[in-house]
Amino acid sequence: MMKPITIHSGIAAPLLFANINTDTIIPSREMKRVSKTGFADGLFANMRYLNMERKADPAFILNQPAYRGASVLLTGDNFGCGSSREHAVWALYGFGFKVIVAESFGSIFFDNCITNGVLPVRLSHDTINQFARYVSADPQNRPLAIDLEARTVVAGALTCEFEIPDTARDLLMKGHAPIDVTLERIDAINHHMGEDKKRRPWLYAMADGG
Amino acid sequence: MSEQTKHTPRTAYEKMRALHEVARFDDGTSLIYIDRIILHERTGSIALTNMIEEARPVLCPDMVFATIDHIVDTRPGRPSLSRMPGGEVFIDAMRTTTSQLGLRLFDVDDPRQGIVHVMAPEQGIALPGLTIVCPDSHTCTLGGLGALAWGIGSTDCEHALATRTLRVANHRQMRIWVEGSMPPWLSAKDIIIHLIERYSTSGAKGYVIEFDGPAIRQMEIEQRLTLCNMAVEFGAFSAFVSPDAKTLDYVRGRPFAPRPRHQDAAQSHWLALTSDTGALFDREIHLDIAQLSPRITWGTSPQQAIPIDGHIPAPSSDANLSAARSDQRALDYMGLKSGESLLGKKIDAAFIGSCTNSRLSDLRRAADILRSRRIADHVTAICVPGSTQVKQAAEAEGLHLIFQQAGFEWQEAGCAMCFFAGGHSFGAQARVISSTNRNFEGRQGPGTRTHIASPETVALSALNGCISDLRSLMPQHDDRRVS
Ligand code: SF4
Repeated sequence: MMKPITIHSGIAAPLLFANINTDTIIPSREMKRVSKTGFADGLFANMRYLNMERKADPAFILNQPAYRGASVLLTGDNFGCGSSREHAVWALYGFGFKVIVAESFGSIFFDNCITNGVLPVRLSHDTINQFARYVSADPQNRPLAIDLEARTVVAGALTCEFEIPDTARDLLMKGHAPIDVTLERIDAINHHMGEDKKRRPWLYAMADGG
Repeated sequence: MSEQTKHTPRTAYEKMRALHEVARFDDGTSLIYIDRIILHERTGSIALTNMIEEARPVLCPDMVFATIDHIVDTRPGRPSLSRMPGGEVFIDAMRTTTSQLGLRLFDVDDPRQGIVHVMAPEQGIALPGLTIVCPDSHTCTLGGLGALAWGIGSTDCEHALATRTLRVANHRQMRIWVEGSMPPWLSAKDIIIHLIERYSTSGAKGYVIEFDGPAIRQMEIEQRLTLCNMAVEFGAFSAFVSPDAKTLDYVRGRPFAPRPRHQDAAQSHWLALTSDTGALFDREIHLDIAQLSPRITWGTSPQQAIPIDGHIPAPSSDANLSAARSDQRALDYMGLKSGESLLGKKIDAAFIGSCTNSRLSDLRRAADILRSRRIADHVTAICVPGSTQVKQAAEAEGLHLIFQQAGFEWQEAGCAMCFFAGGHSFGAQARVISSTNRNFEGRQGPGTRTHIASPETVALSALNGCISDLRSLMPQHDDRRVS
């Protein structure tokens, strides 16, 4: 099940482009399995490899030894926009990313992070650039520390706070599957359904579509 | 309903939320009751497989509708099962899991098969005021009928299947008021691209959009579906057009729509789902479309768009480094330079299809342009109807012959080359004009250069072999009127 997150400290890789979409995070052709694991190799495939034989592009940041073992991604505005493919989160998580710091996130991607135990952190453009400058001077020895309980990101002398909705934070900190949390309210759901059948009988007396 | 809510003017979104709210949390999030879940083989198969592995039952199998659209082969006669190498496993998994869980599946050979967002309105699965989810980002399309519909991930889909609910944030609300009479060269596609170009792909982030105004009321349902389809490219949670007489006419008598004895009750329920006079929105945008020109994208994000006769702008100033880098990368990828005009740019291929623009009215408008003409010799052109029903209806009026005689390949229904599945592509560096919704790098194949436009613009550009302005067909705009 999901691993709870309270504090995470790790090597941070800056990928400072705006609008990195989920097709870029994992191209469609890489989504070959009917499963939620095994997608790490397809992560950023179009940027990471020079050809279909998967020759690594040395210019791509995650191929550089300085960023080996990165677990925090620093990126631009609207990260994870586009397709709803949850594979984007599975590929990032499979590769080792636990925290994604961006100016903003695609809304489905943000929710997908929460359901998979990946922490999405929203910070301003300037703050992200400051963090990126700081870590890139010596990535292996300048980790970024994220404290979800305190809602802070710390790197060297730089500290800043971030916001995240309480429900999302609780789920991440407890590592609970949202589905089990909701099933505790099954009585309320059934009650709503009963009332709704009186209010909208037409929705339940469906034709068979024959 | 409390006294207060009775008297405070409410938006349609607030009314729909109130009707579906099971519980509310301290941070403003609510547990929202979900009316219908739609699935396709690409992401639905994963959700269903996981449900079975975790031995979780589907709470209400009757409200789930599945089809096969994404990776099914769409070439004429469907020579293979999947157009994705190894894609058969998704189709097989869809068949076995839906049958194991007792869910409806509109399989490849079912006359109801089609792209989820095309099939759902035509079958009456999508109805006004319903909360509808699908593990697919373009689920917002269904807002065209006045539904509250949005895309989710596979795991949230399991949540919806098992609990018939989802946690949903209380979104900010934006009203986009559209007025002015629609010029003959304009379509809903141009309007939504224009909005994204003007306000950016994160312009509606965190918002639910209500489209309204005289121009929206004039718009036919299929155009409203197109408009709402690209709300996700605009960054919105979802978008909708509240129901009116056109909506009721569209919905009436569809297979899964209310039976005749419930018709009146359903219709009065729907017509109450409009925003009250004086209801407050967090943001209002006014748009006059009377003078709007057709749109086309030049880059690899839907916001990288211009009027068809415009010039590619210079990359963003370095105030925002990441945006400037993205613009330059897009120009390099597309093989274009800033300052360049796209008009007259030679194209290699033309594609008409996708959940944005593959409905009968889209095909009719494209066919009107193609009638009795031939596409340029160097162009590969493909038309893929959005559903089997659209295909059959189009064939009944002979549209397929117009497309074929013009040199288009006429395919079976599905998502087809809207995205690259690993098999067939237009080729590296091929310049494609496409009626789809995403021009991302590699979206239609490695290195393929996609320009998004309306199906009419795609049709005319295919004839001319280069990116073309529909207004050249209009006498008042150009004397070189064709035929
Ligand atoms: S047609 Fe394209 S955008 Fe629409 S559902 Fe299919 S793949 Fe997605």
